[in-house]
Amino acid sequence: MKHLISPLDLTVSELKEILDLAGEIIQNPKKYATVCQGKKLATLFYEPSTRTRLSFEAAMLNLGGSILGFSSADSSSASKGESVADTIRVISSYADICAMRHPKEGAPLVASSYSSIPVINAGDGGHNHPTQTLTDLLTIQTLKGKLNNLTIGFCGDLKFGRTVHSLINALVRYENMNFMLISPEELKIPAYLREEVLDANKIPYQEVKLLEQVMPSLDLLYMTRVQRERFFNEEDYIRLKDSFILDAKKMEFAKEDMLVLHPLPRVNEIATEVDSDPRAVYFKQAEYGVYVRMALIMKLLEVA
Amino acid sequence: MLNIGGLNQGIVIDHIEAGGAMNIYSYLNLEKLDCSVAIIKNAKSNKMGKKDIIKIEGTLDIELDILGVLDRNITVNIIDDGMIKEKRNLKLPEKVTNIIKCKNPRCITSIERDLPHSFRLTDREKGVYRCIYCEQAFKRI
Repeated sequence: MKHLISPLDLTVSELKEILDLAGEIIQNPKKYATVCQGKKLATLFYEPSTRTRLSFEAAMLNLGGSILGFSSADSSSASKGESVADTIRVISSYADICAMRHPKEGAPLVASSYSSIPVINAGDGGHNHPTQTLTDLLTIQTLKGKLNNLTIGFCGDLKFGRTVHSLINALVRYENMNFMLISPEELKIPAYLREEVLDANKIPYQEVKLLEQVMPSLDLLYMTRVQRERFFNEEDYIRLKDSFILDAKKMEFAKEDMLVLHPLPRVNEIATEVDSDPRAVYFKQAEYGVYVRMALIMKLLEVA
Repeated sequence: MLNIGGLNQGIVIDHIEAGGAMNIYSYLNLEKLDCSVAIIKNAKSNKMGKKDIIKIEGTLDIELDILGVLDRNITVNIIDDGMIKEKRNLKLPEKVTNIIKCKNPRCITSIERDLPHSFRLTDREKGVYRCIYCEQAFKRI
């Protein structure tokens, strides 16, 4: 394994290895505090993402390594027209591993074909976000104790929500999963995911427009933000942005052990009153993101 | 029925979806050929209702299976000595590079210089090709 571009680059057993290692790190973080001493992580963020970038940087620092990089296209040579291919050729001689966030879909795949260091896709447009998927899987495994026999609701922007696309791709490989896809008509899951992933794997799913309709059946609710940056038309964004708001009243319909996940940042799709509900685990989820990225970095650098 | 003379030696590209002939003409750079080329648009077809046909006098130095990427229903007849020598159904290639272009404005191919446009066949039954970078399906004609 050299690069992580799509969640499907990892087999189920490789995923298990990473999640198990992340679990060990949670138990004993000090044991791993120097395993990447002398190694450098480049964070190439062509699109702002404070949380993911800092999560990667915290992960490398926790491992005793160091970091370099940029946090927007404006502060990189991309603003002068430099190609992704040229950038990664140069960065390959500056760092030992890199994490790339890019607004264009497929940019990390391009980088991986010109890179001599491992490339991690830290999000490419509305396409994939595999380390968020690792984070989600670690959260589910740690807090639910399993990655099978679950009914999961995906709610919000299922069309452009790359975290949803990636997570569905990963979850269909586990046994007895059942999906509830909750979105307005305009933001329904893309046809290719429905046909080539869900139908092809004979995964039971329902597409619904009301959260309340399926809330009692859910083991997990994965909320997503309607992302302004994915719309070409501001009017469409304004019309759809408040389609689903999870509040304390809706939580009353949920099972006692149902968990609410969200890739963050949250805008107003989860009312802050839900934060104090023990079933709201999105901040814990963000914390797990650091551990799972530590595990991934160690695996790709072959120091674990 | 419009009457177009038969070929002595050449290729007949048949069962092109009505309206698609000019796309095929353009892709094959037929305007650069010296030989006779006939484009028949909206011909009657029992199978398709309407279809386009292209008749080319002479040979073409290309892998004809590639035409299936543009229109999966196309059939190709190779004519020799005034007779159909071979009737060929196109076999969709697993991967095509720089034949079709990704039209997704969010795809890296929309900005990265000199990046080959590569697609892979993800559903042979439906003839679906997806960009290897963004996974957007190629929409025909």
